[in-house]
Amino acid sequence: MTPQDPGSEQELVRKRQRERARLMALLLGGFVVLMFAITIAKMSINQ
Amino acid sequence: MTSLSVPHDSPLPASSRDLFALTKPRVMSLVVFTGLCGLLAARLPVHPVLGVTAVLCIALGAGAAGALNQWYEADLDAKMKRTAGRPLPAGRMDRQTALHFGIGLSTFSVLLMGLATNYLAAAILAASILFYVLVYTVWLKRRTAQNIVIGGAAGAFPPLIGWVAATGEIGLLPLLLFAIIFLWTPPHFWALSLFVKSDYANAGVPMLPVVAGVTTTRRHIALYTLAMAAAAIAPWAMGLAGWIYGAASIMLNAMFLVLAGAVLANRATEPGGMKPEKRLFAFSILYLFALFGALVADRWLVA
Repeated sequence: MTPQDPGSEQELVRKRQRERARLMALLLGGFVVLMFAITIAKMSINQ
Repeated sequence: MTSLSVPHDSPLPASSRDLFALTKPRVMSLVVFTGLCGLLAARLPVHPVLGVTAVLCIALGAGAAGALNQWYEADLDAKMKRTAGRPLPAGRMDRQTALHFGIGLSTFSVLLMGLATNYLAAAILAASILFYVLVYTVWLKRRTAQNIVIGGAAGAFPPLIGWVAATGEIGLLPLLLFAIIFLWTPPHFWALSLFVKSDYANAGVPMLPVVAGVTTTRRHIALYTLAMAAAAIAPWAMGLAGWIYGAASIMLNAMFLVLAGAVLANRATEPGGMKPEKRLFAFSILYLFALFGALVADRWLVA
């Protein structure tokens, strides 16, 4: 087994963090849209 | 700027693909489908946004339960060929990430379900997650050969949750749908466990073929198939569903019984000779999709 190059490992960590941050941003955006849609749907039902 | 150095004994941050794999997406497809069918079988006008949210919550709840199951069973998964490549046993993720992900997703799915539909649906969703994680995974799986019988209840909740999300109450039909999946689970999993018996034995999981042998398991498959067929025909026999469901149910259950009969007649003890078991396992998945699909078609076109 060969030890991994610390530089490339750091790069991989950075890449994973960026990927997860992007995904989290997308999910949060989706959540906001969903909550808005649920609110509108509930309002239309109660009218 | 903070340092990014990572200790060499801790894994890299989990990739989003591995987080997705933690939710057992293949199992989730069946859960989502039966949940959607439960919602549609209620035949009530549900606002599309709320209907989609309810199904999303069922999917997220199932995914969360799958993640918590993998968090707890990482040691078992590592010993089985079928599961050794999962993110935790393969060392691509640390256990804490899986635990946080599972708890976070569970909480989110239950709160969202309560907010979008009603609190009864949210309570049943919470109960199904807790049942799968605490009763099946933690308590039963490593202790008794009946693990899959009682634990099967966890997978039977989705159509009930879908129905309650639409109606706000529990009725006779969704309880029958619960019973169908509850009784379907043992033949489905025992057929699988017959041809991956050595995997379960190596991992020390007391599945029925490991504890009681293949002949007893085959007999149990036949008995549970009879009970499942009775439950599956009941909605039509009791007038809760029309002729489309009745015809589909009789045909599908007849096929299931023939395949279960072939399993009962099989004498093979090695996986190589277990074609009937493999056929039954594959058909059991198709059976559930077709039966629930027929119910929805029937409820909207006939009943």
